[in-house]
Amino acid sequence: MLEQILNPAIYPIIMQAFWKTLVMVFWSTLFSVILGFIPAVILTLTAPGGLKPNKIVYGILSFIVNVFRSFPFIILLVILIPFTRALVGKSIGTTAAIVPLTVSAIPFIARVFETSLRETNPGVIEAARSFGASNFQILMRVYVKESIPRMLNGIVLLIISLVGYSAMAGTVGGGGVGDIAIRYGYQQYKTEYLIVCSLILIIFVQAVQALGNLMYKKMS
Amino acid sequence: MITISNVKKTFDRTEVLKNVSMEIEDGEIFGIIGQSGAGKSTLLRCINGLETYDRGEIRVDGKLVDVRNKGELRLLQKRMGMIFQGFNLLERLDVYQNVALPMKFWGIPTNTAQAKKKIMNLIKLVGLEEKAHAKPRELSGGQKQRVAIARALVLDPEILLCDEATSALDPEITKGILALLQRINKEMGITIVVVTHQMEVVKQICQRVAFLSHGQMLAIGKPEQLFVWPKEREIRDFLREESDKLPTTGINLKLFFFGEGNQRPIVTQMSQELQTDFNICWAKLEDFREDVYGSLVLNMQEKDLERACAFLDSKGVTWEVIK
Repeated sequence: MLEQILNPAIYPIIMQAFWKTLVMVFWSTLFSVILGFIPAVILTLTAPGGLKPNKIVYGILSFIVNVFRSFPFIILLVILIPFTRALVGKSIGTTAAIVPLTVSAIPFIARVFETSLRETNPGVIEAARSFGASNFQILMRVYVKESIPRMLNGIVLLIISLVGYSAMAGTVGGGGVGDIAIRYGYQQYKTEYLIVCSLILIIFVQAVQALGNLMYKKMS
Repeated sequence: MITISNVKKTFDRTEVLKNVSMEIEDGEIFGIIGQSGAGKSTLLRCINGLETYDRGEIRVDGKLVDVRNKGELRLLQKRMGMIFQGFNLLERLDVYQNVALPMKFWGIPTNTAQAKKKIMNLIKLVGLEEKAHAKPRELSGGQKQRVAIARALVLDPEILLCDEATSALDPEITKGILALLQRINKEMGITIVVVTHQMEVVKQICQRVAFLSHGQMLAIGKPEQLFVWPKEREIRDFLREESDKLPTTGINLKLFFFGEGNQRPIVTQMSQELQTDFNICWAKLEDFREDVYGSLVLNMQEKDLERACAFLDSKGVTWEVIK
């Protein structure tokens, strides 16, 4: 078995797949962080005790976020096929897989960011108000600035769960490490692919977490 | 001058402030004291518009504090710095950046030589020049409050509002902070309004004080007038005064000494002159800013009361029979 694992012939396929995984995870992280930040801010501002409390807006947005979060990813993947096709012109391939990954990640990161933002010490917000800060200044200079390390932790969490989801996205032809592990390792009984793919993912996840921890320490 | 007239506020059907009126003069250190839940913090927050009030008026130099008029309110807030019990510094900014923050809210450039000098001078004023680039988590509670004070002064306010600013600090550190506040009041001429439940704070720095209980102002005046000889039941309860420890037989007579009255041997003179003995059952000496005030409770027989009172009156000593 060790011989098969060390066989250089399997690596080009796996590295190519790993690259696809990275592409999927990178773009879906980037898009979902940008798009998830907006509902997170609206949730923070309209939450009870926020700067602009609004039960209706908060209730509706919170409900939508929960609905999207409760979809099993594999079902979202199928439901979104027409949407993906309309958006990127095709429904299979690495680019196409980024769409459902992003859609599933937006409500997740929105909730994570909301929690991070709302953990800001309310006293600090009050202090800013007492100096005549506008709501926008409080949002950017207090809420966001104070929450950056926590939000960074949330992004690490997001990346790691997107690695897992990207394996599932392989089933719509997205490719990636998870796809190789299933097709070669499981369906063709080439256990060495399964082992190497798993090892690569373990190392990747550990590295992301370690980097995240380091940055958290530096930034807080 | 801050004018508070007939301010009322209801919060979830309980009246937090019931018709509170008071005037705070320019340049004084004014205390608002009372039990927790008396409404004193709420009142302070109404002054700079952090909270709304339902009825009445609050004016700062004639300008109405009105949260609906955001533009005007901001201008008023600029003239009032505020410090808090929990210090409320931004954890990710260092001391210098925390002090500079209010300037950023007002679009005042912070990288000019003039601004830098101003910020550093304030940091020096509060005695933290060596910690200018430390983060709040590296500071002690007293140091954090000093940073908050520097921050509250950076917009050149005329008024400094202190919300239980020393309640989280130990007595020694509290003294240092109070001395700093006194210095700011004297040297910069800033009016200071102090909300506290600590008697030491009022005694050490306040020139005038208002006592709040259940949303009502029970008394206002000099601390020595209010607290050496409190008439109101609530104030006595607040001070946890002698009442429960006194003898239940005979008459309890309380004597008050102001300033130089401490120097005279009144009690021994009275004992000799009336040819009778007294039981000294309770006594207290208190510092109010520069002066010392004392009170003393004598227990005596009922027959001696009239003569004792006449003697005290002749010596100009204030007294009161405790029931």
